[in-house]
Formats: sequence, C-alpha cells, structure tokens
Amino acid sequence: MAKITYHTHDNKTHTIDVQKGLTVMEGAIQNDIPGIDADCGGGMACATCHVYVKEEWLDKLPAKEDGEEDMLDMAFEPKNNSRLSCQLIVSDELDGLEVNIPSKQG
Amino acid sequence: MNKTDVLIIGAGPTGLFCAHQLGIIGLTCEIVDNLDKAGGQCIELYPDKPIYDIPAVPECTGEELTNNLLKQIKPFNVKFHLNERVEEIKKNQNRWHVKTSAGVEFDVAAIVIAGGVGSFEPRKFSVKECEKFEGNSLFYSIKDKSIFKDKTISIFGGGDSALDWAIELSNTSKVNLIHRRDGFSGAEASVQKLKELNDQGKLNLFTKYQMDSVSGDKQIEYVKIKHDEGEIKEIKSDYVLGFFGLIMQLGPILDWGLNIDKKTVQVNTENFETNVNGIFAIGDICSYPGKLKLILSGFHEGALAARGCFKYAKPDEKLRFEFTTTSKAAQERLGIKK
Repeated sequence: MAKITYHTHDNKTHTIDVQKGLTVMEGAIQNDIPGIDADCGGGMACATCHVYVKEEWLDKLPAKEDGEEDMLDMAFEPKNNSRLSCQLIVSDELDGLEVNIPSKQG
Repeated sequence: MNKTDVLIIGAGPTGLFCAHQLGIIGLTCEIVDNLDKAGGQCIELYPDKPIYDIPAVPECTGEELTNNLLKQIKPFNVKFHLNERVEEIKKNQNRWHVKTSAGVEFDVAAIVIAGGVGSFEPRKFSVKECEKFEGNSLFYSIKDKSIFKDKTISIFGGGDSALDWAIELSNTSKVNLIHRRDGFSGAEASVQKLKELNDQGKLNLFTKYQMDSVSGDKQIEYVKIKHDEGEIKEIKSDYVLGFFGLIMQLGPILDWGLNIDKKTVQVNTENFETNVNGIFAIGDICSYPGKLKLILSGFHEGALAARGCFKYAKPDEKLRFEFTTTSKAAQERLGIKK
C-alpha cells in the first residue's frame, strides 16, 4: 500500500491507501474520488484522467512514455506538471504522492 | 418515418455485431452514430493500433476489425444514419418513437444503446468567452474553408488536424499556429512543412503558448496568448480554430429515465435490458457486476440483447435457438446459396 493524496476541485483532500501495482487513476475510481473520468479505461486514449502533480514529485515519477504528452495536448488546461493518472503506477517510491484534480476533464 | 424492428445507437464494434445477431434471428435494424463513419472508438481513437484479444483473431487493427464487422453484416443491408445523434425518445403504445439531431424519425419496437462512453464531441477551449463566438468566428471543425480567404486565422493544437489546416489555409490566409509545447503529435512530414513555412514567413508559429482570452464585438478581433513563463501576446485574429480532439459525452441518454451510475447504464445480465422495458444497453456503456470493458464482452452482450429484442418486435412468435452452421433460415438471411 502507498498513501496517495488527491486534492479535488471542491477543495477537499482525500488521502487513500492505494494497493501497489494499481494506477493513481484506479485508486481514484475505486474510491469514488470525483473528477477523474477515465473514459477509455486506462488506455492512454482519452486524457480524462488528467491530474496536476505536486511540483516536488515531478522528478520522482517515471518518465512519460511516447504518447502521453500527445494525449496531454488534448487535456483540459494542461500545465507543466500535468500527467495522465492512468500512467502512474503506484509503488513504494510513490508513497506520499499528491495530485490535484482539475475542475473538469473536458 | 423509418419503421424497423430495432434502432441501435452507436456503430462501434458492439453495435455492429448486435446488428448481425438481429439479422440472424430475422429482425431488421438501423444504426445511428454521431461520428461520420462506423467503428466507434476503434476508428476514432486507435484505427492503426493493434488489438490482440479478439477471440480467434490473434492480431488486427481497429480499422480491420471494423471493416470485417461491416463485411459480416453486409447481407442484412443495415441502414446507417451517420453524423446524427439520437436526441429524443418517446413511448408510443408498445413501440418507441425516436428522433435524431438531423430530424430523422424512427418507429421501432426496441432500442439498443451501444454508445460506448457517449457520443464524441469536439473538446473546447477552457476560456469562457469562447462560447460567445462559437459558430460565428470560432470553430472546432471546418465546413466551409472559403470564409477564411484573405483573413487572419489563429489555429490552436498540435495534432494532425491543426497542422493540416494550418498548412492548407496558409496558402490563402494569414495563419498563426499556437501550441502548448515544442513537440507535435501530428505527422513528422507536416511538422517539417510547418517549420519551413514558418522560416519562410508564410505562417507564424507560437510554441509554449496557450490561449489566455479572446475579445471582439460581434466577431473575434483579438486573441491573447500566454507563454509558459507568463508573457502575454495579443494577436489580431478574424477567426479562431481549436483542434483538441474529441471527448465523449453521454448527452441526451441521461434524460431517458435509465438507471445511470458513473456514466454507465445499469442492465440485467439475462438480456441486457435496462430498467426501462424495450431499451437495452450493451458494450462499454452498460454496467453489471463483473463487467469488463472488452470488445468480446460487447459481442456477447449484443447477442443476448438481440434475442431480448425479439419479444418486442415479434410478440406473437417464439424464437428458437439455432446454429448458423445448420439453420436453413439463418443461412437464407445471410444470403448463402448452396
């Protein structure tokens, strides 16, 4: 388990123990955290699981695969700390990760 | 008024195979889809990407899968209504009266929703004022390119649509292309061409910029764009085009009295009927305990939903289970000559 903190747009904070091996997206979906749609189910084909990663975590995350940046072009208000949460696989290294969920996904 | 047994909403693989299953048991159907071609997510999101989990098909692309399904339903002459969205449904005695966004009307015994994650709509700018100009000087698709002649156009996006239009319109218009990063997802040849045009001064490229605001009276006059580092530029613009791909929206389905949970429609697993009699839901849009969003699951759901439609389409007849290998009736419907 790793603790992942989701800050939702309604200024609420949800800290969840997410099982290792799941993605940050799945952690949100399974725990009914609002704001992550994940329409394509984790296939890096829709950009509706877009999150903003807390700056200090940016360098600690696995690098973006080809295609993630392309999909982020489509995301709602992408920024430099944007990631697709379906591409972030939870591990010990990500224990304590904090992400902000945008006001909407599209 | 189009009278048919079943209306299928959605021409993705699940909807197409459901049409096949309806045809095999002797029911007619027509299909409505909001996109301009059949195939759904397979065609819109990953036409060239391989799929490895279709039973008995070790590998195929989204496009191949779609073409094979279209070939498989060819004997049934299914009528497609593309570029249309189902807007309204109304119960009319034992049948349903359906109306699409293009005003086409249907009289059907049952409805099968195979709508994936909803209908594809263009993604829009997040800047609020854009709504005011949408359809007059701000567009997400181009229907008539002649209006852009000799005008100044600001195009946003980094994919093929943005690049292709920027290159094409630069022949007859003054084009600004604005994109949020240096990299582009469009084809490499287009990126090269774009850079050449920029070097020759035939087009202005702004990277690491995003829209900040638009202004104008009736029509757009100026666009402000903001650099990653905060600098803001104001550029004169007659038109603004945004190409950010598509997003899926459930749309009017929300208003049909169906039990909806997290953008999916609840169904039973006996025949994939919803809480409303005569309305079925299959594929990614349906939910039930154990649901998997796989194409193969959609095929199974479509086969059962087709049989569920039978009692509404032919209430006085009994449906017998038959194999296509041995059923004369099924083979006749498939147009097989022996």
